[in-house]
Order: sequence, then C-alpha cells, then structure tokens
Amino acid sequence: MDPNIIFIFILAIFVGIEVISKVPSMLHTPLMSGTNAIHGIILFGGILVLADAATLQEQALGFIAVVFGSANVFGGFMVTDRMLQMFKKAKK
Amino acid sequence: MSPTNAYIIIGISALFIIGIKLLASPKTARLGNLVAAGGMLVALLTLHKPTGDYVWSQNWSINYTLIAIGLVIGLIIGATGAYSVKMTSMPQMVALFNGVGGGAAALVASLEFTKPDRHITTFLAVSMLFATLIGSLSFSGSIIAFLKLEGKFEKPYTFPGQNIVNGLVLLVILGLCGWLAFHASAHHASTAFIVLFSLALCFGVAMVMPIGGADMPVVISLLNSFTGLAVAADGFAINNLAMVVAGTLVGSSGTLLTLLMCKAMNRPVSNVLFGAFGSSGGSGAAGAGDLAGKTVKPIQADEAALLLVYAQQVVIVPGYGMAVAQAQHQVQELSEELAERGVEVRFAIHPVAGRMPGHMNVLLAEANVPYDQLCEMEAINPTMDRVDVCLVIGANDVVNPAAREDKGSPIYGMPIIEADHAKSVIVMKRSMASGFAGIENHLFYKDNTRMLFGDAKASLNALVAQVKAS
Repeated sequence: MDPNIIFIFILAIFVGIEVISKVPSMLHTPLMSGTNAIHGIILFGGILVLADAATLQEQALGFIAVVFGSANVFGGFMVTDRMLQMFKKAKK
Repeated sequence: MSPTNAYIIIGISALFIIGIKLLASPKTARLGNLVAAGGMLVALLTLHKPTGDYVWSQNWSINYTLIAIGLVIGLIIGATGAYSVKMTSMPQMVALFNGVGGGAAALVASLEFTKPDRHITTFLAVSMLFATLIGSLSFSGSIIAFLKLEGKFEKPYTFPGQNIVNGLVLLVILGLCGWLAFHASAHHASTAFIVLFSLALCFGVAMVMPIGGADMPVVISLLNSFTGLAVAADGFAINNLAMVVAGTLVGSSGTLLTLLMCKAMNRPVSNVLFGAFGSSGGSGAAGAGDLAGKTVKPIQADEAALLLVYAQQVVIVPGYGMAVAQAQHQVQELSEELAERGVEVRFAIHPVAGRMPGHMNVLLAEANVPYDQLCEMEAINPTMDRVDVCLVIGANDVVNPAAREDKGSPIYGMPIIEADHAKSVIVMKRSMASGFAGIENHLFYKDNTRMLFGDAKASLNALVAQVKAS
C-alpha cells in the first residue's frame, strides 16, 4: 500500500467539504446532480476490468459495469446542464 | 506512476474541484458543470491501466468492442433519460443515475475480488469489500427511492422491531466482510462473497423502505455520497488515483450537502433515516382536534384577482402542488401581469420546496422567472408583515404555523415561510387533503386566509384572465 494515496484521500475529503460550504440552497439540486455525474468516473473502473476480462462471466459483468457507468456519466452531466441552462437573470 | 501521468491526474483533479466550486454559484454553475465534464473527458482520453499501459493503444480485442458498445448504449440511455425527463420528475432521474453508478462500483469491485489466482492484501480486500457493500446498497436503495418518488409505495413501510432486524442483517454483513477480508482466497470465499452481495442489495431496500417519500431527497443525497465513497474505494482497489480523488470529493461534499438539507428541515439525519416520519397519524389527529368548529373560507377567482391587483406587495409561495399541476408557466404569466400593473411581486422559496432543495428554483427558472425575483426564506420572513397578499400555490407543510406554535406537531421546529404574517393570504389548493407530513395546516383556518379550491393550473388561468380584465 502506498501511503501517498491515503494522504491524497484525506486531503480530498477536506477539499470536498470546503468547496460547497457556502452554497445557496437554490443550487442544492444541481449540485447534487453535478457531483452525481462526477462519481460516474466509475466508468473507467468498468473499462479497465472489461479490458482485461478473461472469462465470459467477467466480460458480461464488466459490460454491465461499463453500460451503468456510461449512463451515470453522460446522463449525469446532461441532466445537470439541462437544469442549469434555465437559470437566467432578469431580461433588462 | 510516471511523472506525465502524475501531472495529468493533478490536472483532472483540479478540473473537478474547480467544477464543483463553480457549481456553487448561480452565475457560474453551468460553466462549472462543463468544466467537470471536461475533466472527465481528459480522464477518459488519458486512461492508463494500473500497470502503466495506455488503455487505448492496446491490441484491439473483443473486449474493446464490448467497451465501445457499452459506452454507446450508456450514452443513449443517459441522453434519453436526461433530455426526456420532465423537470418535475428530475429527482427520480438523479436517483436512477446514482443507482447505476453504485451498481457499476459494486460490479467493478466484485470482479476484482473474485479474480482467480491472485493474492490480495488485506488493505485491498477491505477496499473491494467496502465498494461492493456500499455500491450495491446504493444501487438497490436508489431504485427504491426512484419508485417512491414515482408514487409507488410512497408511505413508509414499517413493522415492529424493524430497526433490530435491519441491525442484525447489518451485523451479518459486517461479519462476512470481516471474514472475507482475511480469507479472500479461501475455499468458500466466492460463495460467501455472493451471499454478501445479495445481503447488501437487500439491506439497501430495507434501509429505504421505512422512509417516507418526503424525505427521499435526503436519502438520494446520502446515497449519492455513498456511491462517491464506493468509487473512491474502487480507486484504491485498482490503484487509480483519479477515481480516488473524484470519489472522495463526491463522498465528502455529498455528506455535507445531506447535512445541510437536514438542517433546512430542522431534523437530525438519524431522525430521517430511522424515524419513519409521517407514518403515524397520531399527532395529526390531535392537531385536528383544536380546529374543531373552525371552518375555512373559500374565495372565487374574481375576488382573488381584485385583492391581487389592488395590492402593493405580493409574495408567491410555490410548492410541489404547483409543479404537479405543471402550472409554473401560468404563475410566471400572473406575476408579469401583476408587475405591469405596478404590483411588486416576489417569490418565496422554502429550502425544501418541491421534492429536492432547489428543485423549485429549477422549475421556476424553466418558466423564465428571473432568479433574482426568487427570495430565500430567511430574506423574505422579516418583510412578511408589510406584504399585502401572500399567494400560496400548492404548498402546505412549509407554511404551516404549527411548526412554530404546536410543540406536539411532527414538524415542530422546522423553519417555515411566515405566510400567516401577511395582511391576507390566498391558498390555492386542490382539496383539503393534508401535505406530505400528513398533518392539518392551521394556516387554512386563520381569519385572514381564504381558500381558492381547484386545480392550480385552471385556477391560475382564471386568475390571469380576471387580472387582465380588471
């Protein structure tokens, strides 16, 4: 185990808390949706295991993981963008 | 890891952090989402195997064809879902996307764990087990949350001793995890692993079933941070730093977001998860007792229109009822007509209005209500005494003075929009049915309150016509 990875993990916890500590409640939903898209990075985990899959079972489960991850990442960013494009200022 | 890879990962992490930071302000939120998406694209294009090989330069095999097909299918599912969903149903969509993410995290960890002929250190085994457990729990929990928001078994499902049964299941799960962590390559490991996986799926269902539909936003936010943590654990397991960083960011910011949401409802998170809120009608009935003998005073659209037109200050309190009736465009039309007649119109948005915090802002933004007309509860309450007419459209619990006055009420202590302080109140409502919390609303029985019954959309159309005619 590489201690650096634990170090990075701990720092990331504090950064995550810090960046959203002053968010107005009107943005809670888009923020939840946006962070939801970011954990779609699991797609890469799916790609990596599927790339090295050796048996039919591994291929099948890896394939499902890629489909799930891909839906998470694309759907997540798109639905967030759709929400946010509606936030406009008053027409002057 | 080569230095180049390290720089790439620093870049990707920075894009995610800046993206989330920009998402936290209305002016830059859309850009923030694009920045985060850009980070994801860079990460995809520079994806390296744990061994250091560049993924996209390997010999093309059937596995790569499967990856390409899987990506496209996911893209189609995601895009269809994202662009076809009605804005009122958006929380469900987020729940689904979160669920599939959790499912993927569980599958990746399972595949790594069950790989034959490989010695796994205890640290890696724990990461994989954690990702499997949390990921599958998030998967099944999100699906139940989705179904609840769709209106299927919306009521909390409880039985006596439920928390004890759930606790026992959790103990079995943790026991299995503990054993597997040290016996990853034992003879019965894969059987135990399958049992663990199934139990975790069941636990996700059991955890969300007793929670009422009104609390689903909190649950989704919590499951969102769970999925983030599962992804981070997967990152440990397959030694992918970008996944560790992204997953941890989501896990910690999601946890804070969950706590902020609970704070907006003035309830501790434990109460949301184990309280089975809204399941008993007991205190609701008690509240109704005080109201015996009191009646509500109905009003017709023409009279309501007159009240509005001759007011100087109008505050509109939209609730989920408005969203269900798809009446946000009519609300916007009404506010424009009133503004043309010199009435100052503001919208008071309760932090938990709609089905998710901020959901109401999205719905009103969809109807072109400029976001600087939307006021947060803390800003509007001190000015409520000077408001001539407060128009409550399909909102209920968030304007219930019982939260302030009735210590026995389940919503006691929840911050509310003080609609009852306005000189007169018009409540638009379909019927006298109670809100999500299942309790009577004292506001409806106050002397300065008038009820405009009917479908919100139809009533608003009538109001707009009357305002135009006056």
